[in-house]
Amino acid sequence: MRAADTAGTPEAPGPGASPGLDDLVASWRSWVERRETLTASDIDELEGHLLDRVDALRAAGLHDDEAFLVAVKRLGAVDDLSHEYARVHSERLWKQLVLDDSAVADERRGGASGAASGVDADSGLGAASDAGFAGASDGAAAASRSVPFWNRANGLAVALLLGVGAGLAVKVAAELTTDPAFFLRNGAVLVLPFLAAWFAWRHRPTLGVLLGIAGAFLAAGLVLNLYPWGGPGATELFGAPPAATELLASLHAAVALWLVTGLAYVGDGWRTSAGRMDFVRFSGEWVVYYVLIALVGAGLSALTIGVFSTIDVDVAWFFNDWVLPCAIPGAVLVAAWLVDAKQRVIENIAPVLTKVFTPLFTIMLLALVVAAVLQWNVVEAERELLIAFDLVLVVVLALLVYSYSSRDPLQRAGWFERIQLVMLAAALVVDLFVLVAMVGRTGEFGWSPNKTASLGLNVILLVNLAWSAWLQLGFLRGRVPFDRLERWQTGYLPVYLAWAAIVAVAFPVLFGFE
Amino acid sequence: MRIGKDLVAAAATPVVLGILSEGESYGYAILQQVSRLSGGELEWSDGMLYPLLHRLERQGLVASEWRQSDAGRPRKHYRLSPTGAAALAEQRRQWTVVGDVLDKLWSVQGGPTPALGGA
Repeated sequence: MRAADTAGTPEAPGPGASPGLDDLVASWRSWVERRETLTASDIDELEGHLLDRVDALRAAGLHDDEAFLVAVKRLGAVDDLSHEYARVHSERLWKQLVLDDSAVADERRGGASGAASGVDADSGLGAASDAGFAGASDGAAAASRSVPFWNRANGLAVALLLGVGAGLAVKVAAELTTDPAFFLRNGAVLVLPFLAAWFAWRHRPTLGVLLGIAGAFLAAGLVLNLYPWGGPGATELFGAPPAATELLASLHAAVALWLVTGLAYVGDGWRTSAGRMDFVRFSGEWVVYYVLIALVGAGLSALTIGVFSTIDVDVAWFFNDWVLPCAIPGAVLVAAWLVDAKQRVIENIAPVLTKVFTPLFTIMLLALVVAAVLQWNVVEAERELLIAFDLVLVVVLALLVYSYSSRDPLQRAGWFERIQLVMLAAALVVDLFVLVAMVGRTGEFGWSPNKTASLGLNVILLVNLAWSAWLQLGFLRGRVPFDRLERWQTGYLPVYLAWAAIVAVAFPVLFGFE
Repeated sequence: MRIGKDLVAAAATPVVLGILSEGESYGYAILQQVSRLSGGELEWSDGMLYPLLHRLERQGLVASEWRQSDAGRPRKHYRLSPTGAAALAEQRRQWTVVGDVLDKLWSVQGGPTPALGGA
């Protein structure tokens, strides 16, 4: 397109000057694109103006680079400009969820897989901006005509379809059995394949990865349903609680399957740290969206039931029989779709929560250390206490990882990293107290499945956090690059997968399905 | 002579609407027109015209459309909407009043009249 440009202005001086101008404009564009208040269409308009001005200046005898400099200068400071745009389009500071097709058009414009995060703004700039011009001319109108419905709005139709599928799978299972333990065991096996299918459709993993995932689901389904839990008499009576190993296996299988499902999300990137971090990011955002949807859904249900009860119509049965079994699995897919759709539109929320709660959680842990030292009764530790401390460590880890996931890797360590180190140290101290007490008690009372599972998890988390603290210290002293911290966390993920698989598969056998 | 910032800002809307009332145009051409009509006295920073155009578009005074330029570049063309025409007429009445007042004041006072055309 720039070739046609120079052909149209034969008076352009200097042979071979055109590529230089192309590069200049491309770098200007990438600079301007960082302003959030300017959309691609705004920049197209400004770039057109810039080129008009350059053409006029070249006609007046200036060289390409001179003309470019003058034209950029005449355009005005980009900061002022974006400030002015922000005043006119204040809504852009509160970015909107893209429900039309412009996102798809953007993706096609920006080249392959714009949805994958970490799109390198500096690569293929020339191509991207050229394509931008070609696509921008009549914007979304042209795009919507050529985009099939399943690609519109970031694939909302597919997500909804799969969500309905997940809901129906649970509903059908509910028709076939009334055993609550069945749902406990099979919840993940029933719902997560639909999420994996969504990821597979979005991110196109290789056949090998897909077969691996299918194999894992099959294995989990077989293990969870063929193991002789408790015996039929126990589960048919509603009151009978499921066996300890059954609970453990169900819980750990769900965790393992979530991680396996993540393989479909990252596709072939599962070997790379960046790919795994992507899925970690996804998981955090997904949890936030799911909780929000669940809260609003519960509120809406309660309101509906209440409103109908005022006119003596009972709709509670409908919610019990249809809305709950279908909505809870369906929302899994909707939340996943939201994460993908919003990813490019808005800042992530999980890291924001992390920033808010890390200092508060640190204070809580410090208070706990003080209380434990003063009371010295941690030694009386019960199993429940160990579980509570597993949760504490999980929260510490989550706060750590989600702050990593959104951190600018080049930024230097600051106050927040120091707080993180304090939090890690406090968590480690508290946990060491608990661990020492637990090992003593286990020696006294023997190994129960629950105790063993929580002890194992505790040790795994402790190793992760201890090494994280060490790396964090190195980072604060400027000895360790941030990249090492990130790679340690992502490299540790398979450990969790392996432990979850062991608890799900081996523990029931080891402890005789007790 | 340098026209004050406030005055430039106040004049921007009627000037742009006025230019568009002569037919649709695009940013660069509007700036050229402003520069030509004012003999180079009324100068805006190029980029600032676009936020203004967008504001006018939001207010419904102008409408825009992407077209191909002669050089093959996409270009956003603006034209006056019926609301814009009405707004322009209203602005024109206001400016006429202001201009009349100033004219009368300055002709009565007979003070140092600015030598029009020769700054």
